[in-house]
Amino acid sequence: MAICREVTTQAADTAMSLNDMLKPSTHCQVPLDRWVEFFVKDWLVPNFRPAFRAAQWPVDQVMRGLEGFLHAVPFYAMTIFFVAVAWRFAGRGVAIFTLVSFLAIEAVGVYPDTMTTLSMIITAVLFCAIVGIPLGILSASSDRFEAILRPILDVMQTIPSFVYLVPIVMLFGVGMIPGVVATIIFALPPIIRLTSLGIRQVREELVEAGYAFGSTRRQVLWEIQLPLALRMIMAGLNQTLMMALSMVVVAALIGAGGLGLTVYTGLGRLDVGAAFLGGFGIVLLAIILDRITQGIGAGAEQRRANWTFTGFVKRITGFARA
Amino acid sequence: MQKLTVKNLYKIFGAAPEEALVMARNGAGKDEIYRKTNSVVAVNDISFTVNRGEIFVVMGLSGSGKSTLVRCLNRLIDPTSGEIYLDGDDKAGSVTAADGENLRQIRLRRISMVFQHFALLPHRTVAENAAYGLKARGMSAKERRDRAVHSLSKVGLDAWADAYPGNLSGGMQQRVGLARALAVDPEVLLMDEPFSALDPLIRREVQDQLLKLQDEIKTTIIFITHDLQEALKLGDQIAIMKDGKFVQVGTAEGIVSQPSDDYVRAFTSDVDRSRVLTPRRMMQPALPAAEMAGLGKVRADSYLCDVFGDLSTGRKLAVVDDDGSYLGVLDPLSVFAHLQATENSTGIGGRA
Repeated sequence: MAICREVTTQAADTAMSLNDMLKPSTHCQVPLDRWVEFFVKDWLVPNFRPAFRAAQWPVDQVMRGLEGFLHAVPFYAMTIFFVAVAWRFAGRGVAIFTLVSFLAIEAVGVYPDTMTTLSMIITAVLFCAIVGIPLGILSASSDRFEAILRPILDVMQTIPSFVYLVPIVMLFGVGMIPGVVATIIFALPPIIRLTSLGIRQVREELVEAGYAFGSTRRQVLWEIQLPLALRMIMAGLNQTLMMALSMVVVAALIGAGGLGLTVYTGLGRLDVGAAFLGGFGIVLLAIILDRITQGIGAGAEQRRANWTFTGFVKRITGFARA
Repeated sequence: MQKLTVKNLYKIFGAAPEEALVMARNGAGKDEIYRKTNSVVAVNDISFTVNRGEIFVVMGLSGSGKSTLVRCLNRLIDPTSGEIYLDGDDKAGSVTAADGENLRQIRLRRISMVFQHFALLPHRTVAENAAYGLKARGMSAKERRDRAVHSLSKVGLDAWADAYPGNLSGGMQQRVGLARALAVDPEVLLMDEPFSALDPLIRREVQDQLLKLQDEIKTTIIFITHDLQEALKLGDQIAIMKDGKFVQVGTAEGIVSQPSDDYVRAFTSDVDRSRVLTPRRMMQPALPAAEMAGLGKVRADSYLCDVFGDLSTGRKLAVVDDDGSYLGVLDPLSVFAHLQATENSTGIGGRA
């Protein structure tokens, strides 16, 4: 394959402006688009499609199981469960909000779609945690690993999700599971970053104390670093959750169902009402999940540590060291 | 009886420690080595021995390498060169030669540590913190709690066993740190500026408590500080550290009365000897109990300046500990003679 496309020779005949002369494309056009196409279509897909298909198997299992379960639970039981969880972790206000939201979602007729979306979100966040927390731990313990990982995460966070929808369809096909896979890729960075940050900001002296008393690396990780990074990890999980929710509509483009599909079809038919219903469900679900996970994060801190407020602020700001 | 022996210890931070090590061995200074090799010599040819039951204080300003030195002793930082031994100098007791598992055993059972900012786990109770070293050993929950509470009672905090560190004052937190270190019943206790983060009043209180505790447990302590008063108060031996080297090693009296160079003299010049020296340091061996009973009493760990009233009578005094048992005899004449001599030797104009 030629590296450059043929450059039109006419340009050389006519008097060339300095501007044109200095443009790389006058002399050599780089066909990056064709290279990428070649890489994905002729190398990645034929060689690795079975591997990617196999990799989506666990996602598939969890997703189907969860979706079946959430749809099987009666509406009132699900509502009671969420209200109870909200009350326990986030207080009475959030509990009342949760109750009203669930009733509203059911009343406008998007409850089944909401459950489908919820199962997608939970699956995506679960796999993000399974993959992301170990990667965050590794990245905290090795500067070299972090140096490699950081640009990859930067790309994952900045690249528009539409860009990788095409290769995902080629590798995974269309449907619910490819949608979840796209969501996992999009929502993974925060949990990795914040796990790493949380572990790195544990005071050096505490880690030293662990080793000084004969702890192994594993003991230091489990008894000192992870508990003290817990709040930060929970914040990462919350961020991951929010990003997963924002992918719901995009995932519908490649065949995922749920509230995203309602918005997408509404968009296609210029059906303002349907699109609004989807958005209504997504927003309410987002607020409920955000408040509950934030509550769990803060609660975990209080129950485990019973810290004074100032002590907590000091630790977060790293001030205790000074 | 030698408990800890350190021989020719070096620690060099930087990309090329070998080159810097050669230069340091040939007597090049810290600045010169840094200019030429871009490596920092934190610990430069340190050798010392500490006897069982002694408090060995390393006093130095920030950047002198004292924190690096103490971390080399339990190999939180691996020394670049040199030897560290427990109990004499045979290979079996070598800390520097210990591999992963042996080093872990040394840390679990023989050397423990107290940290400047306490380093307590905020999500564990006081008792769980005190039991930390025992848990790493794999001791059962009940046994380690019993031992942790016993250790806490030594520092007077057994009533706080189920509180969290965040609810304790700084002085109390450091006593928990001390209880944690003592719970493993260590042969050597490393203390890295343990009282520096405390208020002056509290600091004095915990210093007294440490001395009292030391009378009981008689462990071997390596104590790091930047505070000369603290060094003089606590140390059986005191090493003054500067730029990675010991510039003088000696007793409190030796340091204040015969500073080895201008650096040490500058430190000690404004030290009031009567506030440094205690009856315990100045006393002579006790007389038979019958004779002691007739004498006036002074506390062993009060300062001379606090007992000038008693001394001014000119009569000998019995030195007692807090329980009232006799430790020795204090002779006012020798005390005043000593104070006068040291004052002259280090006063304005320097020594003759």
